[in-house]
Amino acid sequence: MTENITKKVKSIQFSMLSPNSVKRMSVAKVVTPELYDREGYPVDGGLMDIRMGVIDPGLRCKTCGQRLKECPGHFGYMDLARPILHIKYLDTILRYLRSTCMDCGRILVEGEKVKKHLDNVQKAEQEKRYKVKKNLINAFANSIKLIKKCPHCQAKKKKITIEKPSTILEDGKRLTPIQIKARLEKINDEDIITLGNDPKNSRPEWTVLDILAVPPVTIRPSITLQNGERSEDDLTHKLSDIVRINQRLFENINAGAPEIIIEDLWDLLQYHVTTFFDNSVAQVPVARHRSGQPLKTLHERIKSKEGRFRHNLAGKRVNFSARTVISADPKIKFNEVGVPKIIAMELTIPEKVTEWNIDWLKSLVKKGPKNYPGANYVIRPDGRKKSITEETQEILIEELQPGYIVERHIVNGDISIFNRQPSLHRMSIMCHKILILPGRSFRLNPAVCTPYGADFDGDEMNLHIPQTEEARAEAEILMSVENHIISPKNGLNIIGSIEDAISGLYLLTKKMKFSKGDATELLFNASVIDEKMKNFKKEVTGKEVFSVLLPNDFSFVGNSKNGDDVVIKKGQLIEGVIDKALVGEDNGQLIREIYSKYDEKIGIEFLARIFKLGIETLLRSGFTIGISDSDVPEKINKKNQDLIKKAKQDANNVIKQYELGKLESLPGNSIEETLEIRITEILNKVRNDVSKQVSDSVNEDNPTIIMASSGAKGNLLNVAMMSSCVGQQAIRGKRVQGNYSGRALSLFKKNDPSPEAHGFIEKGYKQGLKPYEYFFGAMTGRDALMDVALRTPKSGYLYRRLSNALQDIRIEYDSTVRDAEKSIIQFKYGEDGIDISRSDGGKINVKKIIKQIKGK
Amino acid sequence: MSDVYKKFEEKLPGRVIEELKVEAKASKLTDAETTKALNDAVKEYEALLISPGESIGIVTAESFGEAGTQMTLDVFHLAGVAEIQVTRGLPRLIELFDARKIPSTPSMSVYLKSEHTKNEKSIRKVASFLKEMRLEEVSEEFTLNIMNESVEVDLDNKRIKDFGFKKEEILETIKKDLKNASVKETKKGFTLKPESEEINLSILYKLKESAKSTLLRGVPKIIQVLPTKKDGKYVILCAGSNLKKVLEMEQVEGKFTVSNNIFEVASTLGIEAARQAIMNEAVSVIENQGLDIDIRHVMFLADMMTQTGIVRGITRGGISGEKESVLARASFETPINHLITASLTGEKDNLKSVIENVMVNQPIPLGTGLPGLISKIGEKKEKKK
Repeated sequence: MTENITKKVKSIQFSMLSPNSVKRMSVAKVVTPELYDREGYPVDGGLMDIRMGVIDPGLRCKTCGQRLKECPGHFGYMDLARPILHIKYLDTILRYLRSTCMDCGRILVEGEKVKKHLDNVQKAEQEKRYKVKKNLINAFANSIKLIKKCPHCQAKKKKITIEKPSTILEDGKRLTPIQIKARLEKINDEDIITLGNDPKNSRPEWTVLDILAVPPVTIRPSITLQNGERSEDDLTHKLSDIVRINQRLFENINAGAPEIIIEDLWDLLQYHVTTFFDNSVAQVPVARHRSGQPLKTLHERIKSKEGRFRHNLAGKRVNFSARTVISADPKIKFNEVGVPKIIAMELTIPEKVTEWNIDWLKSLVKKGPKNYPGANYVIRPDGRKKSITEETQEILIEELQPGYIVERHIVNGDISIFNRQPSLHRMSIMCHKILILPGRSFRLNPAVCTPYGADFDGDEMNLHIPQTEEARAEAEILMSVENHIISPKNGLNIIGSIEDAISGLYLLTKKMKFSKGDATELLFNASVIDEKMKNFKKEVTGKEVFSVLLPNDFSFVGNSKNGDDVVIKKGQLIEGVIDKALVGEDNGQLIREIYSKYDEKIGIEFLARIFKLGIETLLRSGFTIGISDSDVPEKINKKNQDLIKKAKQDANNVIKQYELGKLESLPGNSIEETLEIRITEILNKVRNDVSKQVSDSVNEDNPTIIMASSGAKGNLLNVAMMSSCVGQQAIRGKRVQGNYSGRALSLFKKNDPSPEAHGFIEKGYKQGLKPYEYFFGAMTGRDALMDVALRTPKSGYLYRRLSNALQDIRIEYDSTVRDAEKSIIQFKYGEDGIDISRSDGGKINVKKIIKQIKGK
Repeated sequence: MSDVYKKFEEKLPGRVIEELKVEAKASKLTDAETTKALNDAVKEYEALLISPGESIGIVTAESFGEAGTQMTLDVFHLAGVAEIQVTRGLPRLIELFDARKIPSTPSMSVYLKSEHTKNEKSIRKVASFLKEMRLEEVSEEFTLNIMNESVEVDLDNKRIKDFGFKKEEILETIKKDLKNASVKETKKGFTLKPESEEINLSILYKLKESAKSTLLRGVPKIIQVLPTKKDGKYVILCAGSNLKKVLEMEQVEGKFTVSNNIFEVASTLGIEAARQAIMNEAVSVIENQGLDIDIRHVMFLADMMTQTGIVRGITRGGISGEKESVLARASFETPINHLITASLTGEKDNLKSVIENVMVNQPIPLGTGLPGLISKIGEKKEKKK
């Protein structure tokens, strides 16, 4: 099989099209506005001339002889009856006219000054200070504006003004494009260089168009509607306008029509050419369809998010990808993704036939595209692709031999790339191994939700199948889940145990006890079989069960969430309880320790096992909360009510002081602000006091408390909010404020500063809220929604700018940090050259090293 | 003892050695043990080194971009007691990276030399010298007297006394400042008469406005001062920033005094100081929002913004607009303008950075796309020709 040898593009040169090069690259001259003849066949010399490419199936291009989709299209041209100013180069034309002499065409500056200026520019160029260079040239061009007399021929300069959009005046008299062109032609090459432009690639007179390049038919294909009618592209519409007016102008000139008529037509032609380039020029009426919808011409095709650059060039569409809803499966591995069979039968991997796999591939071809696992296509060595059908199957199996390629269905263990938008960090795209599962959704382990930012409320995710060995190798080695446990943002683990797994481990290591049989069964259910289980005595503690998962030579000292010591010695958990601070995401010390001490494989294996063990523990012991779990003893309840009552009284006292004018303002604040600050302080404090009371009073075995104190979900404040007091509601960081009428709701008194009038919710959710309290709660909810809605586009734009500015920066082989132009930004990355995603929180752990030495 | 460390000075970052020194002393390591610890540290350090080709630019952008989605939009920070209101959160981060000439809430922390920090009174005194005080603040009323063609100013005697001024002093300053007007003392205050030949309403009005804003005392632009104690040190927190003028004051300890206006820092203290200021500001936003972004990212971004010796923002006018490649610039914002100028100046895009190579479907010069073939086959043949 022949492989395409792709030519490497080394550089791209930008230049203007000269009239000659337009003619040279053109294959057809457009002379008639007609598009098709009566049979619907493109007219020769029309805008759809088949020399410029074909858009109809069956036709062949007259230039290259290729069919639709093969022919890339070819340019044509049209002669303009009178020259037209190119709207995009208007500023350039003005600059040239203002900087050169109208008589002799030389630049209005003496030779010496020019030389000095050129030296400065060259220096800036060498130093790669492009902005400085640009500013120099602009300043130079602006300085010429003030010169009144040509130093070469002493001719007086006249004032050039512009009347928008495209009329250039000299001392109030109109300069026709013909005159402008004549002047621009007089400017010599050196003066063009002085003004910062390159005469080889852009002669000034090329900005005034004599002939117009007509883009190929293939970039402006027409659409055939259901009723057989043709709908032309916007560009074709615009071009036919130009051709029509151009023809009329020709006819009128030839017929010797009065100058006024010719000038009107000329202006009209200028308008059409202008809108052909850009249909959103200021002060030019927008060209519209008959329906009133603005035409999309060249400028609109290129610019903005949906334009050529950002939509088609910087972002590309791919094959071999799938997208569907995700759902959870805690029983699959972290680096696996469950794929439905129907998707697996659509996505394929090209497998080269060798003498060792020929039998296997033959069996796959035999199964065909409709049975799983089968194959969809066979590619012959000559590159011809044959789809496998019932008819072709036999022949293909027969002729299959080394050198052929079979596009087989993906099977378990194949490599895929899994992604969820918004792809805000590199953990949003990771490599997973395929696991074929029944159903119609992608399945992923809930522990990898965090890096993707996924939940299962209808989220969809994308799956890509790399097609070459290189791609697969890169994906597996660099993008696999186990390589992305530690975030490059801060060196903390982004993947860890979550929710039930944490609750389970917490309960297990706290005080659970098992019989030998139960312990073994528990571990077995968590798919663990280990030597250590042999040492189980009659009664096994939860700590011992957990220790089975630890490597034998592992020692560790850390702190749990509440600050207690957790000690592991030689693979045995001796002291402490496992909770979020040890195995959770973001700051799971134990996980990072294992990850850095052993390799990634063991790290992720450990994580997977404790995850399963945690869930299995909960499954066996049962874990549920009911409404009674947020009950508070009557005594405490009363205490809480007293607390709140007192706080309200305190607040009212402050208000009274304020009303009496006795309140002293805090430094830097007005008295009104001070009042707000003081009240807010009192009310926030009371909720914290209440939550402390509640957490002290509730039984440690209470499931809500277990979840809060293990770090699995929620916190003590949430418990207090349910049971006793929701607390102060804040909008934009302040207490709920009134509107123009000085109150938040009409049932309050105007300008009443009391707690309840400004969003203090006294009772807990369980006891029930008063109507206005409920309303305040809703206000906070809406405020949070608004905040997100306003924030997302802002931070999105910040991210786009950052990534665009920084995308080229990399570490060089000499460990310096450089940009694409090879200029140094840092001599050593972060002053020490440490890779954050390999480090432990961005640091070398000195204490650990010393501890290890001391330990020995 | 220090000999042990000397050998490793080249091999380990200074920060790690310093930390080791402290820790080794605390746990009383012998020299041999220390050497071993150092060797272990070197081993670990080498394992942590970043690989060539790593696209850390993108990693930094992602670290900030992802964290940005978690920040609050609250413009003002309500810490309650003893704080000047300062923009925080995402808006502050955006204006910092934009390199705006003036931040939305300029502010300073002014530290004083020890002789002025003896008691609260002396600090308050310095603070009162800092705050800009204009005539408007000690006056009751400004009236245009069209009949007399003059401006009448009524002073507020109570406020004058409160702020420790004397009427004569004020008149003195006014005389000095308003050179094109004559000052005449009256019972309530004074009258101003323009000394120009032609007097009309607009001249009077202008005179009134310039009289209003006559600086009586303090540093211009310092709107509010708040003397407090921070970490055991007396600080004057200021709303408004004027680093140059404040540093010129003899009571001020220049070593610690900071401003949150990056451009001011750059112009008074130089580009290195501006780099540090960017870092400090970014870190304070991150910490204030309860986020955790490694200092290396902040460092890198600050280096990027100050690399050329000028503070550049991450905008189309800053870093993104100064790239060499036309296509890279065009793919960011305003593509047409870039293409037009490129055609005029005959620019050549050498496809050295990422986005252009994406456009032409070629491997990008990052990571695994970076290494090229080292020996070129066929190069010899070409030379022979």
